[in-house]
Amino acid sequence: MEKQVILDDQHVQLTMNRLAYQLIENHSDFSSTVLIGLQPRGIHVLQRLKTILEEITQHSVTCGQLDITFYRDDFRRREKPLIPSATNIDFSIENKKVVLIDDVLYTGRTIRSGLDALLAFGRPTCVELLVLIDRRFQRDLPIQADYIGKAVDTLNSERVSVEWKESEGADKVMLFTPEVNGTVKR
Amino acid sequence: MEQLSVEHLTGIRDLTRQDIELIFQTADSFKEVINRPIKKVPSLRDITIANLFFENSTRTRLSFELAEKRLSADVVNFSASSSSVKKGETLIDTVNNILSMKVDMVVMRHPNPGAALFLSQRTNTRVINAGDGTHEHPTQGLLDAFSIRERLGTVEGKKVAIVGDILHSRVALSNIYTLQKLGAEVMVCGPTTLIPKYIDQLGVKVEHNLQRALEWCDVANMLRIQLERQDIQYFPSLREYSMQFGLTKEILDNLDKEIVVMHPGPINRGVEITSDVADSKQSIILQQVENGVAVRMAVIYLLAGKIGR
Repeated sequence: MEKQVILDDQHVQLTMNRLAYQLIENHSDFSSTVLIGLQPRGIHVLQRLKTILEEITQHSVTCGQLDITFYRDDFRRREKPLIPSATNIDFSIENKKVVLIDDVLYTGRTIRSGLDALLAFGRPTCVELLVLIDRRFQRDLPIQADYIGKAVDTLNSERVSVEWKESEGADKVMLFTPEVNGTVKR
Repeated sequence: MEQLSVEHLTGIRDLTRQDIELIFQTADSFKEVINRPIKKVPSLRDITIANLFFENSTRTRLSFELAEKRLSADVVNFSASSSSVKKGETLIDTVNNILSMKVDMVVMRHPNPGAALFLSQRTNTRVINAGDGTHEHPTQGLLDAFSIRERLGTVEGKKVAIVGDILHSRVALSNIYTLQKLGAEVMVCGPTTLIPKYIDQLGVKVEHNLQRALEWCDVANMLRIQLERQDIQYFPSLREYSMQFGLTKEILDNLDKEIVVMHPGPINRGVEITSDVADSKQSIILQQVENGVAVRMAVIYLLAGKIGR
């Protein structure tokens, strides 16, 4: 398995700052906007963004966590049933602008489930999607992100992993490429 | 971890501690789901479940049906009183006929102990035991322990007294297994005639005095006297039973601690528990019912996840 760092500590910080400013351009003081992170890994992106946004705007930003396990389309197609994480949305999203947040956008199936899950909490005015990493040209469904940290070209056999200071000790994004017959296959 | 070690839920005795913790963890999520404005998730869209009730039930049957519907499963109901069972059909024939109509899972209550296990060994379906005679009632055991965990933070190290008709109670046996697997201490309390012989071999304490049991415990689970299962007279009169083993406000207030009061229902007010106790702040009877739906959703979800496509 070959390991390649796509974004290091400093770049993650820069990218997050840029995403925060892009959000402010469209949502100014966040009075009618809520941010919703997808469990489990989107929560880290959400927490980071919330801190940056609140520092810049000096307004509090409403945030929630959404678990999509029960809305997935691969239940019973996996070896083991997926174990859910916590959903924590203690506000109504009725007539709010919602920004869904996740770390990696790949097939688009998670986001599809996320949209379904979201509707159980009301009818938002609009929904936007923010991702730290967009694995381009790998979509199974017609879903695109509105805010993208970095777009990368990958193969299906490759894996992208996002690590955070809070959980793994350092901020970085890595691309893993499997070796076939001793050579790295790209 | 991450999946159950069993294919059917016939009794708590077959479960591991990890299984129970996995069910609780999943039930936490479902409890959040059933408190949403839209109390439904689409996980089991392609699953059909038959509820076979060969014995009367209100709570358990409704609870299972709600759990199934909130998971988006298709549900068919069956009760013995209005079926061909009356015409002499055997249990296996009845179930196989239902399964031919492409049913994926069976929830069954039956008056005979072992009926769920029997079915799981002889038919090609997933079976959830919703009570088999005086043997086990696994989902009740789970939801009782889940409710204790919710109220007291943990089950480990807690002392639970089960009071009443232990001899005829499937709830008692499932509770004993669940609580012990989670590290709680269990005591059974009741008249000598209603405590099974050799029950101490399960590792439970036996007590015949309600006052002493209550002084010992953190949680008292009050069971109903199951007159319908009692073929002979086990105590002189209900009034005498109620004077010896009925839980009253006065007894509770005289304890030097606040214990949690539970009851699996249906309550016979004024017999095993007085109205003011049943409706007091110490009682978690209605929380038990609410948790029942979440716990049953978790069990169904985890077992359905093991059904191949």
